[in-house]
Amino acid sequence: MTESFTIAPVIDVAQVTQDSRPSEREVVFDIHDLTVSYGRVTAISGVDLQIHRNVITAIIGPSGCGKSTFIRCLNRMNDLVPGARIEGQILYQGSDLYASGVDPVEIRRRIGMVFQKANPFPKSIYDNVAWGPRVLGMRKELDERVEKALRSAALWDEVKDRLKKNALSLSGGQQQRLCIARAIAVEPEVLLLDEPASALDPIATSAIEDLMHQLKREYTLVIVTHNMQQAARVADLTAFFSLEVDETRRSGVLVEYDATSKIFTNPSDKRTEDYVTGRFG
Amino acid sequence: MSAVPTTSPLQARRRLRGRLGDLSLHGLTLAAALACLVLVGAIAWKIVALAGPSFDRFGLGFVTARAWDPVKHVFGALPFIYGTAVSSLVALVIATPLAIAIGLYLSELAPRGVRGIVGSLVELLAAIPSVVLGLWGILVLGPFLAHHVEPWLHSTLGFIPLFGDPQQTGQGLFTAAVILTIMIVPIVASISRELFLGVPSDLEEGALALGATRWEMVRGVILPATRSGIAAAVILGLGRAVGEAIAVTQVIGGGTRIGWSLFPPADTLASKIASSYQGAGSGIETSSLLYLAAILLVLGLIANLIAQVIVRRFDPLRGTRE
Ligand SMILES: Nc1ncnc2c1ncn2[C@@H]1O[C@H](COP(=O)(O)OP(=O)(O)O)[C@@H](O)[C@H]1O
Ligand SMILES: [Mg+2]
Repeated sequence: MTESFTIAPVIDVAQVTQDSRPSEREVVFDIHDLTVSYGRVTAISGVDLQIHRNVITAIIGPSGCGKSTFIRCLNRMNDLVPGARIEGQILYQGSDLYASGVDPVEIRRRIGMVFQKANPFPKSIYDNVAWGPRVLGMRKELDERVEKALRSAALWDEVKDRLKKNALSLSGGQQQRLCIARAIAVEPEVLLLDEPASALDPIATSAIEDLMHQLKREYTLVIVTHNMQQAARVADLTAFFSLEVDETRRSGVLVEYDATSKIFTNPSDKRTEDYVTGRFG
Repeated sequence: MSAVPTTSPLQARRRLRGRLGDLSLHGLTLAAALACLVLVGAIAWKIVALAGPSFDRFGLGFVTARAWDPVKHVFGALPFIYGTAVSSLVALVIATPLAIAIGLYLSELAPRGVRGIVGSLVELLAAIPSVVLGLWGILVLGPFLAHHVEPWLHSTLGFIPLFGDPQQTGQGLFTAAVILTIMIVPIVASISRELFLGVPSDLEEGALALGATRWEMVRGVILPATRSGIAAAVILGLGRAVGEAIAVTQVIGGGTRIGWSLFPPADTLASKIASSYQGAGSGIETSSLLYLAAILLVLGLIANLIAQVIVRRFDPLRGTRE
């Protein structure tokens, strides 16, 4: 267990640093000068970032620096927040995510999201996973699809005998894995995870981290975490956001984005170093 | 004076006061609860006692007897049970989807500014005194239904026996049902709006993040999560419809007919009591009217109990402890 945590990222990072040039490793999200504000509060400003296929990208930074805001822009969940304004450009596989003809519903179908607080529907375990496929008209071989999603989320063995039980009867860690199963049951291309393990105990957390390594083969993963060990364990690339404060305003900015090992052992920015060595936040 | 000696007695006094407050709060709430119970009991007791002579004469057969003839001293409740059931059910059938739609609009769809305005308008509807609504029913709604809606229903859906020959006066079961609809909608709409607002937004986000449309989210998550509350609200509305007397009396026309068509005049339990009690000519007629009241009371209590059981037992958001 511990071995796979320490070894796997090192190997991956080696790969990533070799072929992380955009031309060699496919860019999924290409973000230019992204600025998001809620009413008159600017949450993040001027973020430039590229997210690559089949790579785990971690977003770290102190609380309130705009990590959730950033990740919620990637599947247009911020559209639902009244007063949210998004400026700049996000290209998803080359096309503008916020162009006028783009349907946010379709975006969210292709870019799934798992939230900080597990939010299973008050339905049975089976219906939680089957709900998305049913709504999207993927009714063929639903049982197989549900089983596959639950297996991918490393939950199948624990729930296979009680699929008809209410999902709210599961433990917190199981509920969060159920939410992951629910998200992958509709076969998204990207999975966004906003602090998926922040409310979980260490065992459940490590189950979810294991899971992420599995999922990486099929999905592009972006994970927000305020737990630096977690970022170090799971992520290939890490982006460090920080809160920039000047006299009049404060907003989150992207400070540094690099291979995880570089961010944690040899960061180029003083602020990153302070944060990862625990002198800040 | 130094602060040290004064602090401890002061604290003690405050605690004592607090404890007294606790006690009196306890006593007061208990007394209020008991008073309610006693009042319900006393009312029920009195009504049952006064209905006694009629009960002794007609027995339980009263409930299924069709005649109401003060001259021959024959009384039966069936026409009024029929009138109550039909007017309330028709009102519910029209009001429920309408009220849920309004609740959804106000909680999920309407822009912020509109929410406030439309929300208050709906509440305002509930504030119209029923006697005023009844007058409007006599003057405006009844004639409108009789001259436009009923003929249209008859000519397009006349093959269904519910939509028989239209009335000329505008007084009838259907007018009463529409008036009841207007009274129920604000109740059910504002309760369902609160229910919809109470659905945790992370559930809604969870659904939308799967690529569901708003409607799919409403149908798949919001409505299932609130269905027991909605059912309870509807039954509360039913209780209101069953018990409403004044406005119904004003527009229902009166009569003991039992038949398929919704349009002719009729009476409900409540409208019969309200319209006949003052003029009741004999002791047995008065007693029979109180028998009707007892039936009404039982119906009302049953509706209320069912609503409470639904809320307690089947709230899906409370998980599976039950
Ligand atoms: N829905 C919202 N409405 C208004 N302000 C918000 C909203 N969501 C986040 N913010 C503000 O945006 C900033 C960044 O928040 P967030 O993205 O949640 O940070 P993080 O996830 O890094 O803790 C904070 O100052 C927060 O108060
Ligand atoms: Mg956050």
